[in-house]
Amino acid sequence: MIEVRNLTKSYGPKKAVNDISFKAEDGQVLGFLGPNGAGKSTTMNILTGYISSTSGQAFINGVDILEDPIKAKSFIGYLPEQPPLYYDMTVNEYLDFVYSLKKCKLPKKSHLNEICSIVKLDDVRKRLIKNLSKGYKQRVGFAQALVGNPKVLILDEPTVGLDPKQIIEIRTLIKRLGKNHTVILSSHILPEVQAVCDRIVVINKGRIVANDNADTLARNLSNDHKLIMHIEGSSDEIKKLLSSVTDVERVFVGRQIDERVWEYHVEAKEGVDVRRDIFKKLAARNYPVLMMKSNELSLEEVFLKLTTGDEYGGAEKIEDTYDMLTKGGEEK
Amino acid sequence: MIAIMKRELSAYFRSPVGYVFIAVTFLCSGFFFWLFTLSVGGTDISSVFLGMFFAYMIFVPVLTMRLLADENKQKTDQLLLTSPISLIGLVAGKFLSAYIVFILGDIVMLSYGVVLSFFVTVNWALILGNFVALALIGAVFVSAGMFVSSLTESQMVAAIGSIAINVALFLMNVIASVIPVTFISDIIRSISIYDSYSEFTTGIFSLTGVVFFLSIAAVFLFFTVRVLERRRWA
Repeated sequence: MIEVRNLTKSYGPKKAVNDISFKAEDGQVLGFLGPNGAGKSTTMNILTGYISSTSGQAFINGVDILEDPIKAKSFIGYLPEQPPLYYDMTVNEYLDFVYSLKKCKLPKKSHLNEICSIVKLDDVRKRLIKNLSKGYKQRVGFAQALVGNPKVLILDEPTVGLDPKQIIEIRTLIKRLGKNHTVILSSHILPEVQAVCDRIVVINKGRIVANDNADTLARNLSNDHKLIMHIEGSSDEIKKLLSSVTDVERVFVGRQIDERVWEYHVEAKEGVDVRRDIFKKLAARNYPVLMMKSNELSLEEVFLKLTTGDEYGGAEKIEDTYDMLTKGGEEK
Repeated sequence: MIAIMKRELSAYFRSPVGYVFIAVTFLCSGFFFWLFTLSVGGTDISSVFLGMFFAYMIFVPVLTMRLLADENKQKTDQLLLTSPISLIGLVAGKFLSAYIVFILGDIVMLSYGVVLSFFVTVNWALILGNFVALALIGAVFVSAGMFVSSLTESQMVAAIGSIAINVALFLMNVIASVIPVTFISDIIRSISIYDSYSEFTTGIFSLTGVVFFLSIAAVFLFFTVRVLERRRWA
């Protein structure tokens, strides 16, 4: 269990982390979402005792990291943003070193074997770390965090720099580990956090802007009522047709994709799914739909939405700029 | 502490640093031995040791420059500082590893006494006094070097900085002699490592000297712990 109370970290007048509080229960995967420089790594460094907080407290399994750092640290496995690897060692030597550094009591050979098979390092255990690829280095870093089977795992952007297949592997691994560990992971990728976390803390400019269950947050952030479509046919007629669908509030024509094919942005009333109605109307008039997808929020839009509560605030500006750039000029 | 020490020791001998240090030390002390005793047919072993005193001012920083500077650069300090170990254990482990390599290079000096004993009756008290003095000087240089290494990410800066500190420590009595205020010059002279060193080379085993050198080393180790701690609070 991890509990953070009113944590603040100042560098001079600048507050890297500003009065944040959250809690991660046992067996929970908590995602820390924020853009670069939001204070994710700073928070994690405080939690692991690498740096101290200016004020506030952090408890690892009920132990204050400042009061009894050695005991608190013994509960933690930490994978920093840049895996702390000694390039002159082989994977085996490195893990041996971490094993004794952490004063691990588990049977050494079987424990390290188990870790290596979990993170799929078996083939490279006798190789020098400096000769490994980035993905393998990341896995060695991961293995290091797992040594001693710590109750709490703190992972700073664990999937950065990995290829898509490795990302899926690592995500599956985190999910699996989340069942009997407390896991905190940071990321600036929304779908990633949604995919693995039970609970999401969104942080921006050192402050928490949202702290909720992954499902609730995802529902709030979903944007099903905004569609992007590619339809073949006369743009004026299609625009009229789309506007006539019940609950559709705004339609505007975007760039031309192909001869007779245009992009359309459709906004319905919030919470209403108009995709079926639109399909039926278009099909009845024989307009082929070449593409239809909901307009996913970018991370910036998520922050705007969470911080301002005004969902059009960001989106509209983006569309205006877009209009200007494409000189579409259609009124909305 | 043991884990850190083992890793550092193995790092010395995984890279050329450990071998080169020992080889150059052997070469250098062998040369001084030839220069001051064999070539002139004398028994002036103290000059051999004094020569190594100067050589170590430059050699030891090469040994210690990597210790913490490289951890800072490679971000491996994140592993060490988030592990359940005390900072004192961390610093002590690093110190011991470098000191062991130093002693491995230094110990060959005793064999020169053995060589001399084939030709003349050797004053072992003198040789041992010199050896102990040099070993204590080594502890001071290693701890000073590690302290400088903790301050920077660059091994080069660490090496040059610790050479500067070593030279400054050595020059204390010179500095003292040019300061006109007796009170201040007395204080500065009292921390002159050369004065305490030369006491040993006459074959006198001085407990004050031992305490003096060990406390200087301890002060630098303490500073190193402070530097690591301060980084947490910065």
